[in-house]
Amino acid sequence: MAGISKNIMSKSPWVVHVNCNSCNGCDIEFLACLTPIYDAERLGIINVGTPKQADILVVTGSANYKNIDVLKNIYNQMPEPKVVVAVGACACTGGVFHSCYNVIGGIDEILPVDVYVPGCCPKPESIIDGLIEASRILEEKRIKIKNPDKGVAI
Amino acid sequence: MITLINLKILIKLLLILILPPVIGCILSGIDRKVTAHLQGRVGPPLLQPLYDVIKLFNKENIVVNKYQNVYVITYFIFVVLSLFMLLMKMDFLMIIFVYTIANTSLIVGGMSTGSPYSRIGSVRETISMLAYEPILLFYIIGMYMLTGSFKISKLAYTNKPLLYYLPLIFIAMLFIMTIKFKKSPFDFSTSHHAHQELVKGMFTEYSGPALAIIEVAHWYEYVFLLGLIFLFWYTSPIIGLILALITFFLEIVIDNICARLSWEWMLKFTWTIIIGLSIANILFIYLYNVKIL
Ligand code: SF4
Repeated sequence: MAGISKNIMSKSPWVVHVNCNSCNGCDIEFLACLTPIYDAERLGIINVGTPKQADILVVTGSANYKNIDVLKNIYNQMPEPKVVVAVGACACTGGVFHSCYNVIGGIDEILPVDVYVPGCCPKPESIIDGLIEASRILEEKRIKIKNPDKGVAI
Repeated sequence: MITLINLKILIKLLLILILPPVIGCILSGIDRKVTAHLQGRVGPPLLQPLYDVIKLFNKENIVVNKYQNVYVITYFIFVVLSLFMLLMKMDFLMIIFVYTIANTSLIVGGMSTGSPYSRIGSVRETISMLAYEPILLFYIIGMYMLTGSFKISKLAYTNKPLLYYLPLIFIAMLFIMTIKFKKSPFDFSTSHHAHQELVKGMFTEYSGPALAIIEVAHWYEYVFLLGLIFLFWYTSPIIGLILALITFFLEIVIDNICARLSWEWMLKFTWTIIIGLSIANILFIYLYNVKIL
């Protein structure tokens, strides 16, 4: 049992996907990860519908004044431990929409982003890579929550 | 001597408690693996459902109200109880009643949250109960007319399997299994991985340990439902097991080749064709006064 529960978070990271006014390029690439060619489910990655069951929040597109409340709401509904992954140039920095009158910038202006996946749009391979990295951070966070005094560096 | 008997009962009880979730876990692992292969994917490891459950136990439990957890635990207890009664060969009618309580508590749990997704999911689950409950009753009535008893233990004295006399009800039960396993085309109250319906239907508001308990209860339920199929060939356990396994694989295939239908369609279908099949079967037994005991 102890052997199984070691690294358990990285064995089944469930993902909820939020589109913050992205151009849909990143969303298509993210969904491509679930198709038979890339098959993210072999790594235990599942795209769930509700944030209450998710471990990883995948955000595409930049933050703007219209969607910060929605984004914060979704983030707050996720149970601990949780990780945020910013997919695409827009989510990382604001990308081509940076400095628009309604755009605040990257997602990290609002949420604590753990993994950045750059590219416009990033390849499915690099998105899966980012999700694996995120699941590793997830495991570290779980250990940190379990023994708060140990203080694992993240 | 008495302690020896007690020990035997204790071991039996432990087996009943421990073995079904192991079987159920492997079955749902096989389910995901076969589904993946049918879709041309590699699929998750066989023990993925176990990983999911352990992970969920490690998560925070966010609840909308504190009654939600009560309903989850009620569901779990009554599913285990109904499986226990089935394995102890008790009264079939009673088993279905106990099993109904389990499902009802799940529906009430979904209703107790304010979320519209969860509520619509629960309402749809109520409708699917309306669809499958009569068939289960016809199954019991058929068994009662043949053996003159509701006791499952009586089936051991028969020399011909139930399937000989209840073939139409068996076909009806195959459709009921699709509803109960929450597979396409009838997975509209809540759904399994990779199909999304109403966000997550009835289970939208469950997270962490509560969802894990529901998942473990599902493993028990898998074994319980396949046990109902097993009863069709009780006289020879090997053939009964093969029958149950074939049913399970059939459900997986049906899940992958069908699109989801609306609940109206399901209600019309079950209340005409499926109930018609069951009544025809019961009428045949009644008119020819068939008895196997
Ligand atoms: S990073 Fe590129 S592809 Fe992705 S949302 Fe922004 S503009 Fe579209």
